[in-house]
Amino acid sequence: MIVIWTVIWWSGIFHESAFPGPLAVLRGFREEARSGQLFTDLITSLFRVTCGFGLAVVTGIPAGLWMGQKLLLRTAFLPIVNFFRNLSPLAWIPFAILWFGVGDGSPIFLIFLSAFFPVVLATMAAAANVPTIYSRVAKDFGMSDSEKLMRVTLPAIMPQVVTTLRVTAGVCWLVVVAAEMIAGRDGLGFAVMDSRNGLRTDILVVEMIVIGLVGVGIDRALEQLTKIPSIRWGYER
Amino acid sequence: MTGSRLQLGHVSRSFDSLEVLRDLSIEVSQGEFVAIVGPSGCGKTTLLNLLSGFDLPTSGTVERKGESRMVHQQDGLFPWQTVSENIALGLRHVKGKQEREQQVRELLGLIRLEGFENSYPHQLSGGMRQRVELARALAGSSDILLLDEPFSALDYLTRLRMRQELARILQERPRTVVLVTHDIEEAAQLADRVLVLGERPAQIRYELSLATPRPRDPTHPEVVQAIHQVLTKLDLDSGAAEYTKT
Repeated sequence: MIVIWTVIWWSGIFHESAFPGPLAVLRGFREEARSGQLFTDLITSLFRVTCGFGLAVVTGIPAGLWMGQKLLLRTAFLPIVNFFRNLSPLAWIPFAILWFGVGDGSPIFLIFLSAFFPVVLATMAAAANVPTIYSRVAKDFGMSDSEKLMRVTLPAIMPQVVTTLRVTAGVCWLVVVAAEMIAGRDGLGFAVMDSRNGLRTDILVVEMIVIGLVGVGIDRALEQLTKIPSIRWGYER
Repeated sequence: MTGSRLQLGHVSRSFDSLEVLRDLSIEVSQGEFVAIVGPSGCGKTTLLNLLSGFDLPTSGTVERKGESRMVHQQDGLFPWQTVSENIALGLRHVKGKQEREQQVRELLGLIRLEGFENSYPHQLSGGMRQRVELARALAGSSDILLLDEPFSALDYLTRLRMRQELARILQERPRTVVLVTHDIEEAAQLADRVLVLGERPAQIRYELSLATPRPRDPTHPEVVQAIHQVLTKLDLDSGAAEYTKT
């Protein structure tokens, strides 16, 4: 990739300001490392994703479980969930700014929206499809409803939930950058916008590299969940 | 397992317009091993669900004295739990962690799976998984074993071995057993009494008792004769039988 990059840069198809070379980007890295601004923005964005995503997980999984148990609830709520799931969270930006201003609130709200509905949907589908054989076993061994939920339903859906969390966390990482570009005064998205306004394409590339790498890092971190022994069974059959 | 007993009195079960069981009466006394044989789709699983209390009859009575546990065809173990955690499910009422661990160890010994206590079901072979399910069902104070084609997903040799194992285990830990199967040989080798069900809506077409005490070999004369009788009743024996007659 670096070779192709260098060759295109060398060939001079694009102007230097529109296509920064590797050396310029390396200098940009050093500059950012010295100022620490990029690091601060990164922490800001990660904080927002953690809040929005975390909120979506702790509310979305119980909501999905609840809906997964009852056909009536599914029939009632599924169209609503599907509607909001297909509505780009970015369309909420104007309202987000009106309601939450341009601080942490708006991006957290948008990230929550982009994670909540997929998490609900996946949890619901998984809970509704837990094999009935497990219910029979739970009954044979005299489990109460709450015991069944904690010891049967929840572990049975974990592999599917973890897969959804990985996909959704990736979406959140995309959304936070977009949200901060429009509704932010800091964070990585704002930094991208700032570089654009300052025509600092070298810094822009630095930011793109950091955003991409951190996204991969988030996925790798969540991938660790699939290695937990009580979850791994779902990936080895 | 004092006084354990199962009784179905004139039981019918329909799902919407589909009549699966009609006026079926079965009684299983304490310590008895009853095998129920029938064509696939004749309502054997429905019958077991009624016996276990997981399902209720449309009409008729189900009486069950004692605690029943089912062993499933396959995948009845919780895949997110280790072998010992699965077995310990049956010991939840047992007080004291040490006592539970001791009983799990005993059961692992009984099914000859020492050393696999921390394995997960997906890491075991089909036969090993079925043995773990059997141990889980035997754990603690269960009185009645309901076996839903427990060996049908296994290859023939493993099946033969599992039958031996089951007969041996039942000698050490006697239970009232209902085995549902389509394997006539399995039924004749293992059971005290074989019930043959007809097509849906299922009714008992034929009943047969075996006097030879368990465990038996699949080639024991009474077992072979029982197989022959059942096959004849199912109209599956006609060709060869008529040939020898003429």
